[in-house]
Amino acid sequence: MEHILDIHPLITAITVFVLAVFIGYYVVWSVTPALHTPLMSVTNAISSVIIVGALLAAAPMEDGVGKVLGAVAVGLAAVNIFGGFVVTQRMLAMFKKKS
Amino acid sequence: MTANLAAILYLIAGVCFIMALRGLSSPGTARRGNLFGVIGMVVAVGTTLAQPGVDDYLWILIGLGVGGIIGTVIALKIPMTAMPQLMAGFHSLVGLAAVLVAGAALLSPEVFHIGAVGDIRFISRIEMSIGVIIGALTFTGSLVAFAKLQELVSGAPLVFPGQHLFNLLVAVAIVALAVIFCVDQSPTVFWIMTALALAFGVLMIVPIGGADMPVVISMLNSYSGWAAAGIGFTLENTVLIIVGALVGSSGAILSYIMCKAMNRSFVSVILGGFGGGGEMAELTGDKTVRPGSADDAAFIMKNASSVIIVPGYGLAVAQAQHAVREMADMLKAEGVEVRYAVHPVAGRMPGHMNVLLAEANVPYEDVFELDDINSDLPNTDVAFVVGANDVTNPLAKTDPQSPIAGMPILDVERAKTVLFVKRSLSPGYAGIDNPVFYNQNTMMLFGDAKKMAEEIVKAI
Repeated sequence: MEHILDIHPLITAITVFVLAVFIGYYVVWSVTPALHTPLMSVTNAISSVIIVGALLAAAPMEDGVGKVLGAVAVGLAAVNIFGGFVVTQRMLAMFKKKS
Repeated sequence: MTANLAAILYLIAGVCFIMALRGLSSPGTARRGNLFGVIGMVVAVGTTLAQPGVDDYLWILIGLGVGGIIGTVIALKIPMTAMPQLMAGFHSLVGLAAVLVAGAALLSPEVFHIGAVGDIRFISRIEMSIGVIIGALTFTGSLVAFAKLQELVSGAPLVFPGQHLFNLLVAVAIVALAVIFCVDQSPTVFWIMTALALAFGVLMIVPIGGADMPVVISMLNSYSGWAAAGIGFTLENTVLIIVGALVGSSGAILSYIMCKAMNRSFVSVILGGFGGGGEMAELTGDKTVRPGSADDAAFIMKNASSVIIVPGYGLAVAQAQHAVREMADMLKAEGVEVRYAVHPVAGRMPGHMNVLLAEANVPYEDVFELDDINSDLPNTDVAFVVGANDVTNPLAKTDPQSPIAGMPILDVERAKTVLFVKRSLSPGYAGIDNPVFYNQNTMMLFGDAKKMAEEIVKAI
């Protein structure tokens, strides 16, 4: 038996992934159907956390095509992040109780 | 910042995102949930910016500034009826961002600590391929969905002979190229594979008709999540993997719910060809209708003790939400119990109708889902159907040949009186006649939904 520190990082990543799929499954089924559109807009906003990859690509000092791709990806993800959270907020503000 | 501290902060961001979705379990906690999402994003971005190797902030700040302004302006201006197009457009951006990040990983792998140019780790090559393929087909597939929803192109399915075989061959070619890339990491193979995946996204969505768009949007939502997860594996970044899994499963569940609401199998939606019109089942027997006026409708509803309003997308098209809500308020003032019954596919995407009603200041406690209200319809005096058709069609229960056979419907015909607001007797989206029109207890209110509701308000 290998030591626990010898486990390949991929296995750890797969562990996180599988557990997160289960969390997602149970959390999303508990979302009220009335809020399925905000659910989609907020998942869209948070999936733009892909920006962490774009930031790393856009960050080095030396120029290159990789850096350009990264910078464009930062811009695209930013559209999604700001747009997604703002439109979600706009929708949720409309859901009111009886006055 | 040490790698361990960064990992802990990414985990915190991931937990915030889980809390963001958890908040949506009720409208009361939803806004706090959205705030959790924002916090998670700030933590994730801040942690990344503090990483060693992040030296040049110029392009990052420009990207964040320009993208942030564009996104905010769009989000503030977009009408609620256009939410499906907006989601399709946003999904395409996530897909394209995934492609660009995977491309950057190919060109400067040292930035992501996955090797050097021409010497990228084998596992990273597999993960990059998955990320770029799903990202690419999400990008172009969402663009096609956007064009169909925005009516830039016809919503009718585009089918040609041998389509499924052709698509299958393209898919096989993509997988084959991915295998070749993983073995010899040729950049040329990578870009050809990406180009084919872009083409596949288009091929995948063109045969799917307008009626199935709620499924398509949910499916692309799911794909954008899996693409993010693929990139997360490449970067060995926990928060990206967590988010990818959350979004992927969320979109998959929404697709399932939408398929179930239309009694369509996911496979048949993907294969496409539905919703082009054409087949028109002729009803036989007594086809006389009982037309009525706004005054008749006002009289009937005022004297009822309970009214259930069944809205469909036609309500939003006619911009009649506010007029109908006004009508409901006046009926409530007369002591009538008024509720709304929303079918899962009443709008153009999951939950769309709820948003449109909320925008018209309808309190969410008055809005009920299909399963919660259907058993109340037989004890209801008036079912007021406005802008909806197929979701009330009892042929779904009685005619196994019907294109909507087996679709769960709102049993409006069981109410004591049905008031059906419609411009004409034309069939609905699925191209089928509705026997409810010809029932004894149905009164047809011919006219524009908004005008009709306004006239009823005046008559009350």
